[in-house]
Amino acid sequence: MSVNLTLLIVMGALYACGIYLILERSLTRVLLGLMLLANATNLLILATGGYAGLAPLYAKDAAAGDYNDPLPQALILTSIVISFAVTAFMLGIIYRTWVLARRDEIQADVEDLRVAETPSFDAEDDAVIPAETSEFPVTTVMAGGREMPAEAAAEEEKPGSANVAPSPEGGGR
Amino acid sequence: MNLASLAPLAVVLPILGAALTFLLIRHSRAQRAVSIGLLSLTLLLECLLLGSVWDGGTVAVTLGGWLPPWGIVLVVDQFSSLMLVVSSAVSLAVLVYATGQGMADGDQDAPVSIFHPTYLILVAGVSNAFLSGDLFNLYVGFEILLTASYVLMTLGGTGPRIRAGVTYVVVSVVSSVLFLISIAMVYGATGTVNMADLAIKLSELDEGTRTLLHVMLLVAFGIKAAVFPLSFWLPDSYPTAPAPVTAVFAGLLTKVGVYAMVRTETLLFPGDSLNAPLMVAALLTMVVGILGALAQSDIKRLLSFTLVSHIGYMVFGLAMSSVAGLGAAVFYVAHHITIQTSLFLVTGLIERRGGSSSVDRLGGLAKLSPLLALLFFVPAMNLAGIPPFSGFLGKVGLMQAGIELGTPLAYALVIGGVVTSLLTLLAIARVWNRAFWRRPSDAEHPDPVLLATPAAPAARTMAGPGAKRNSAKRNAANQDAVTLLPRTMVGPTAGLVVLGVALTVFAGPLFTVSDQAAEDMLDRSAYVHAVLGDDTVVPPAPTSGGGR
Repeated sequence: MSVNLTLLIVMGALYACGIYLILERSLTRVLLGLMLLANATNLLILATGGYAGLAPLYAKDAAAGDYNDPLPQALILTSIVISFAVTAFMLGIIYRTWVLARRDEIQADVEDLRVAETPSFDAEDDAVIPAETSEFPVTTVMAGGREMPAEAAAEEEKPGSANVAPSPEGGGR
Repeated sequence: MNLASLAPLAVVLPILGAALTFLLIRHSRAQRAVSIGLLSLTLLLECLLLGSVWDGGTVAVTLGGWLPPWGIVLVVDQFSSLMLVVSSAVSLAVLVYATGQGMADGDQDAPVSIFHPTYLILVAGVSNAFLSGDLFNLYVGFEILLTASYVLMTLGGTGPRIRAGVTYVVVSVVSSVLFLISIAMVYGATGTVNMADLAIKLSELDEGTRTLLHVMLLVAFGIKAAVFPLSFWLPDSYPTAPAPVTAVFAGLLTKVGVYAMVRTETLLFPGDSLNAPLMVAALLTMVVGILGALAQSDIKRLLSFTLVSHIGYMVFGLAMSSVAGLGAAVFYVAHHITIQTSLFLVTGLIERRGGSSSVDRLGGLAKLSPLLALLFFVPAMNLAGIPPFSGFLGKVGLMQAGIELGTPLAYALVIGGVVTSLLTLLAIARVWNRAFWRRPSDAEHPDPVLLATPAAPAARTMAGPGAKRNSAKRNAANQDAVTLLPRTMVGPTAGLVVLGVALTVFAGPLFTVSDQAAEDMLDRSAYVHAVLGDDTVVPPAPTSGGGR
């Protein structure tokens, strides 16, 4: 089986660029990376078909070995269609991310961050100044090493829940 | 006429339903009728398929007039038809639940009209993957179900769902590319993608090439099945989807990955060449997964971690490549699809009734809704493997097979399995104690719904500062009554719980079938003969000692 060296080199370059790009945090680059990976794989499938031969249409005087292998091309066609659908969907998601957050970035998982932060900081027990005892309108507490308004600290106590930490009666805020 | 030749209908009917429901997109009543009707028909058909191969026997259906190994074949055997029946029963229950939820909520918070076509396409993809006797058709089945799952995962396009969806889509696409690369390499090495043909031709390759192909396929399927260390994406992405979607994903999608792993291990690469690494992966999946579950306070996330952890049991059974081990794994897959799905559905009900799925905010549900408590308790104990439930039986089967094998690694896995089972019980008991048993006022941040008087449990809009106990009580009476537990949602959940109990009651026959299926799969000749004709010589499985 002979292979086309140019195709292989192009395939390797596409894989390298694709893997580099999907490791980025920007969604558009990730999408470009996925597209490059899909195309590199198409080249790989093409390469498994062996040498370029006759089109696989029956001709009277052609030997069986002269024909091109049609199966890889059918596989490539299918995979092109699939990667087209995925690309279209990814573009939709990227647009939606942009509409929602004005950012073209993969966002961190809030719950993961909560689990990661749980043992080191507890808003009720570890606050330097308990939020309720302050008589000033805007209070700041030391929360995990950074300063923030007391309300924000209370909010952070349980991210993802809207109605936690009822403020004290007549808190004057 | 042979019943098994109806097998393509298991894929065609849901796709037909998807087309019809898409046409009926503005008529939600007709849409519901069509999708539920066609899915019930599919389930009936698959029960017939299972009945036709119940006593053994494998049937191959060639499509498009091309004979194997050139054309695409669908293969019906005990394992694939059992998976089809369980998956369709589960997806039918989830569909009824989802339509019930849609009707109760008045279809306003999500574009539910697109739900039905997408859901049916997902079912078609799952059926196609289970039936496929061709590696590339398996890939197509995976892509059908994945593309449908991308849409379902991001249904409604809210911020958290898009965020989780991005992770899910990227990871899935990368695993699909890996799978496609493996197919290309397999084709390059053997010149065929027919699985029965591959069973013969792969054994003629030299050791190095075969191991490379084996590892690549296992990694690609391992990502889909969420085997540690390839499981990181699952607890991140599943919990944010709508409750019925999470339920069906948890029940089916990872199991399709496990199914593909089983086929890879038994049909394509028999023998015990990679059993040791698989066992280590299984042990780590079990232990790391359940430790992750213990750190969670959100029930959905906790269940996602137990899902990862219990994939380890199936991989353990698979990695023993003995009839007892594989049979127990087949039984465990059927059990776990049902139980995990019903737990996620119950969590959806908990979220409706209690206003939250976080155990920090729940309490007193046992008193508030004894039915809900029962629906949670039974599958939860089943998951943890408390006798006499099917989870216990499946685990006992795995332990027995492990002790039969008798290698130090197998003993380590048996111990790991017992520890994981106990830790599952601990995680589940935490949920039970907090969400169901304690008084609502003892919760860290009780949801106002729980503190309202039982007569008017609809204080859902009470939020923000000042949502104290008294004011919640006062205002609760003014709220519109919302059906918190509509019968259309409780019904399918109860149905699945009953199905889980039925798996326990009928564990005897089920174990017989799964043991037979395991025997056939390890023997391979039934499969290869069904596809390629009776006079094909099946090469024996290479063993490096120990194995079977």
